[in-house]
Amino acid sequence: MLATADVVSALQPKFPSVAPRTSADHAAINVSAAEALPLLRSLRDEMRFDFLCDVTAIDWSAEVSPRFTVVWHLFSTAMSDYLRVASDCTDDAQPAMASAVELWPAANWHERECFDMFGIQFPGHPDLRRILMWDGYPYHPLRKEFPLAGLPTDLPDAEIAAEIPTKVISAPMAGGPFVASSGEMNLTDSEPRAKDESWNERREKPNT
Amino acid sequence: MATEIAFPDAAAKNAAAAAESQSESMSLSMGPSHPSTHGVLRVQLEIDGEIVTKADPVLGYLHRGDEKIAENMTYNQFVPYTDRLDYLAPLANNVAYALAVEKLVGLQIPPRCAAIRVLVSEMARISSHLMGLGAYGIDVGAWTVFLYSFEEREKLYKLFEELTGARFTTSYTRIGGVARDVPPGWLEKVGAFCDQFSPILEEVLALLARNRIFLDRTEGVGVISATDAIAYGLTGPNLRGSGVALDLRKDRPYLGYEHYDFEVPVGTKGDSYDRFAVRGEEMRQSVRIIKQVLAGFPSGDWFVRDARRIFAPPKDKVLTSMEELINNFMIVTEGPQMPAGEAYFEAENPKGILGFYVVSKGGGVPWRMKIRSPSFCNLSILPKVCVGEYIADVVSILGSLDFVMGECDR
Repeated sequence: MLATADVVSALQPKFPSVAPRTSADHAAINVSAAEALPLLRSLRDEMRFDFLCDVTAIDWSAEVSPRFTVVWHLFSTAMSDYLRVASDCTDDAQPAMASAVELWPAANWHERECFDMFGIQFPGHPDLRRILMWDGYPYHPLRKEFPLAGLPTDLPDAEIAAEIPTKVISAPMAGGPFVASSGEMNLTDSEPRAKDESWNERREKPNT
Repeated sequence: MATEIAFPDAAAKNAAAAAESQSESMSLSMGPSHPSTHGVLRVQLEIDGEIVTKADPVLGYLHRGDEKIAENMTYNQFVPYTDRLDYLAPLANNVAYALAVEKLVGLQIPPRCAAIRVLVSEMARISSHLMGLGAYGIDVGAWTVFLYSFEEREKLYKLFEELTGARFTTSYTRIGGVARDVPPGWLEKVGAFCDQFSPILEEVLALLARNRIFLDRTEGVGVISATDAIAYGLTGPNLRGSGVALDLRKDRPYLGYEHYDFEVPVGTKGDSYDRFAVRGEEMRQSVRIIKQVLAGFPSGDWFVRDARRIFAPPKDKVLTSMEELINNFMIVTEGPQMPAGEAYFEAENPKGILGFYVVSKGGGVPWRMKIRSPSFCNLSILPKVCVGEYIADVVSILGSLDFVMGECDR
């Protein structure tokens, strides 16, 4: 099995920003955003990581900087081994990361999903549109500040929206999600019960 | 790994077709409620006469925000959501999800639990492929297969119901084990199912493999080269149909798959027929695996004992020991406690490789849960493979890719 230390020592002469990344499973490295694309190319062409499993991103919340990390999972069909490559986006307000579509066409839809869900731009992507949400949707739902219930928005189709007076509404959470908060607080606070009891299925949520 | 057969260049084929007919191009919206799109996929086609010149899949009609939901609940609470990813093989999803989280915490499951999980995964594979073949038959004009394959699938669902309490939404695994042990006499019923299933499977496959109409509609249609299949991240039978023998059960064995004797079928031409043929052969191999699991079914625990704060203790202990009662209460309310860190696990599911990327900051709720769904990746090749084909063959290609929108849109 591939060890992180071996990968780092093999890559560091060419890519000085490569650093080991803590991982509970396979080899994992961090790399600077500037070197990400050349590194991926080198991994594909020289280190036989020919299969791109996945491109995704993590939002570490608005209080943290760097806020967004883009993660690639590579697989080598020759070695049957994985490698995780992660790179922080330099700009928290306008996150961007070089597109890997020229290396793997598979990256196309994954990057569109990252753009859709996190608002990360991928310069070099041939067709960066939303993929799961509709065109014109105003939010990026997997960002941490986006509420689980969703936010009210206009209907996707303007013609239908003109006919129907309703909007896309938030999900009725009835005070959920029912997850206990761990930590030092007392049991009454940490119980998995509805936190906001001012509204439920029968009583509408007050407009704030 | 690449095969030696030359693949027809879709672009050249398209150019030749375009030169032949100087007609105007027109656009056609296929789906989201089209029987051949197996759910709610919409393909925006541009066509020149009968030839497709551009195909743009429009996704998201079944988007529920599963990844967002996962960030807001405990690890065990998310198990029912995994049922609804690839809803034709919920048990395989349950298993893949549990393994991913167990990898994060470094939990080793006992042999009996692993055997149960292998058993249900392979049963799910058979059930998923039966559905895939049956529906594919209908798509291209062979109705009878569906009736046979559905009857067999129904028998499997009866077994699932007996094991998990639900036919469809099984929610069977827990972090560190499964929801309950196999009921008495159930393993014998699985064995009896396998015995009667094998001859029927041969009949079902012969109904398609020797059917002139089916052959005409699938052979040479939707050819995907091995290079393309890898570049686009295709997995499962779609990748193996193109001649790449990548099967994680062989290449990165988990759950003790290395102890079972089975073969990985691959195609030679990479067309729709090869993808069908690979699925057919996979069912035979799954039956082989199931028989081996049954032959050496281990005794012992079906959950990780003494996994404090992860797997709920047995009921008799909860009711007699204060410590265990508190442990049980904490696991249920705060969820299984995970260390900070990240793990990525992929399992060879019926539709392809299903991956879960779990990022934890510690505690009972994941910080981020990415689901790498095989159908999503398999469909991404559609804009390439449809170009230059007839409209009617798009139906054949879609059926041969055997996708499920539940996991594609998540």
